[in-house]
Amino acid sequence: MQRTPLYQKHVESGARMVEFAGYEMPLHYKGGINEEHLTVRSAAGLFDVSHMAELQVAGPEATPFLQYATLNDPGKLKLGRGQYNMLPNDTGGIIDDLYVYREGEDQYLIVANAANREAVADHLGALAEGRDCDVRDVTDDWALVALQGPRAALVLEGLVDMDLTAIKRNATASAQLSGVPVTLSRTGYTGEDGFEIFSSSKDAGSVWDVLVRAGSVPCGLGARDTLRLEAGFPLYGHELTESTNPLCTGFAWVVKDKEFHGRAAMWDAQCEQRLVGIRMVDRAIPRQGYRVMDRDRDIVGEVTSGTLSPLTRESVGFAWVDADLSEPGTRVWVEVRGRPMAALVVKPPFHSS
Amino acid sequence: MNTPDELRYAKSHEWVRTDDGDVVTVGITDHAQDQLGDVVFVELPEVGRKVKAGDTVAVIESVKTASDIYAPVSGEVTAVNDALDAKPETVNESPYGDGWLFRISGSADGEIEGLLDAAGYLRSLDED
Repeated sequence: MQRTPLYQKHVESGARMVEFAGYEMPLHYKGGINEEHLTVRSAAGLFDVSHMAELQVAGPEATPFLQYATLNDPGKLKLGRGQYNMLPNDTGGIIDDLYVYREGEDQYLIVANAANREAVADHLGALAEGRDCDVRDVTDDWALVALQGPRAALVLEGLVDMDLTAIKRNATASAQLSGVPVTLSRTGYTGEDGFEIFSSSKDAGSVWDVLVRAGSVPCGLGARDTLRLEAGFPLYGHELTESTNPLCTGFAWVVKDKEFHGRAAMWDAQCEQRLVGIRMVDRAIPRQGYRVMDRDRDIVGEVTSGTLSPLTRESVGFAWVDADLSEPGTRVWVEVRGRPMAALVVKPPFHSS
Repeated sequence: MNTPDELRYAKSHEWVRTDDGDVVTVGITDHAQDQLGDVVFVELPEVGRKVKAGDTVAVIESVKTASDIYAPVSGEVTAVNDALDAKPETVNESPYGDGWLFRISGSADGEIEGLLDAAGYLRSLDED
């Protein structure tokens, strides 16, 4: 089992540690998932996401290579900007979802899911064969924390040597955070304003301490999951898989009309089912793997994620349903412990109406 | 972690308290609520249901997962804690008090005595 540079901080703060993607990570701290969730919606939370993978793609052909290898278009990025992106396989599915930052004209940093580190590195490495660019796994060079919430900028403001209003959404900047060199990225996975902060592994502990002292509250993977779900973001292994065609989901905007790896398999496929948001009408919580039924109790799909929203107290989730049932407002039923429970197809996000 | 001496325990993390006559009150242990994390929904059995020891009779859902709760003894469900419907978090706050789940009457002779005492339950946690 691997540990992030912040492992000791988590243990000292009384975190409940769990195994996640080969790492010992905090599920939640003493306050619990709900409290951490609400802190991020109302103030500022701090997440250790150092387990995430970082890969650098660099060389004269880096831009055309990534334009071919990914679904979004990294060539459209200005220097220092980032974009949400996905890595397609050759059968129209997804190897991972990613954030791609343009560090230089011919140099990109890719942040991938920890569980897919090897799959992404292997795939990109193989695809880059014969191209004038290199793919390098630089995960161990970086610690990464996410400062998220409406007060994130206020927490950070007094600690950095720059004006944060200069960093727009999806932009990055180099800064000194209480004397520690960091890269600030105005991105996140919670649906709130916030920053993802890259530092060297050896500086991670002091970055963490400074941000906690400034008023942000440590939050674990549990709240990270409920926050992303409430905000309507997909999680790899749930909404996105090797057999998910993103064109049949609400994330089709990522796919740009250009030549890319596996395009025909994805582009020409029919969407027999669509990925939709659901909100329960009956009192029950949808969970991954629960079956979705129509009025006649025929199976028409399956839940991919679900929870009770800590903010709205409504049960919400994502599910695949037959395409003719995918319009918002359509009534479907989720089978919970053998009983059909009524739900409505809704358009995410789930926390703002 | 709190494990009161006056209660009996099932290895599946329910506690049993003998009330008046042959009625017992059932809940989940402090250890169990701590492991589950924030409880957000409790599904309780129908009053009047006949249950056998080991039957799944309730479900406790935390933010992360749904967990089955088993009848620690046989008998008939005579009451359920309806207050948990509005305040499921009471299971976290008071697992041995206001966070009780249901009552069972008419358990067979020896069933309660056959459950673990506090020391036995604590030992069973070490074996997990």
